[in-house]
Amino acid sequence: MVDIIAKTPCEGLLPLTIGTTTVTEVPPSMMTSVAPYKGCEKALSTVLKSTHGIAAPAPGRATGKEGARAIWFGQRMILLMGPVPDAALAQHAALTDQSDAWAVVRLDGAGAAEVLARLTPIDLRDGAFKRGHTARTELQHMMASITRLGSNSYQIMVFRSMAETLVHDLKTAMQSVAARNG
Amino acid sequence: MRIICPNCGERDRREFYYVGDAVALERPAEDADLAAWDDYIHNRENPAGVTQDLWYHEMGCSAWLVVKRNTVTHEVLSAELAADVKGAGA
Repeated sequence: MVDIIAKTPCEGLLPLTIGTTTVTEVPPSMMTSVAPYKGCEKALSTVLKSTHGIAAPAPGRATGKEGARAIWFGQRMILLMGPVPDAALAQHAALTDQSDAWAVVRLDGAGAAEVLARLTPIDLRDGAFKRGHTARTELQHMMASITRLGSNSYQIMVFRSMAETLVHDLKTAMQSVAARNG
Repeated sequence: MRIICPNCGERDRREFYYVGDAVALERPAEDADLAAWDDYIHNRENPAGVTQDLWYHEMGCSAWLVVKRNTVTHEVLSAELAADVKGAGA
């Protein structure tokens, strides 16, 4: 009998603190991509609200809070993080389990935006990327989802297979920001 | 060069992948003559001026876009979701 050991994507790599910023792994939770069927966007939003208490996010936005969050995840797609999806959602959207597919980390601390700015081309200034905003973009050369959770706090997601690269790239950027500010 | 994605807003060119002339959206009817299929598959204009291409927002929202741009001035004139242009809605 083989003993299978469950490992989180960033196990052994995080947490990491350099200068004023810290990266931690977000504890694994249920993650489901929700892709509405043609013409079902309104009905899906209503059901999402009645079953999970979260409004369907518009493009570039995240709704809900820690434990039950809905993140806009691309063209006609939402990522539901936290709850096990209610069966009623399947009437209006294709649901796909993504729980083990993504590495999810949090970048916190003063200068977090400076660290991210070294890795992604999106406009991270306060006026353009506020709390509750989210973006599908690139982080170095990885497809990423970046969500602003607070003034100095971001959630970053990349494919699980790229967890080590993500941590390495964050580490390098954190070191260079710390060196500049030191 | 920047493209204004209808989903994501203004984004850097590096997030997008070029997928050729937007003529790909105008597939001839099944019974169209050989010349029409030859044009569709092989023949492309190479204008000095305004052209329409398909771009894929690979490092972003994964939408296919129809982008109108000027090959002389490098100006990007418009970007629409290919799904909207095609009326497929998906």
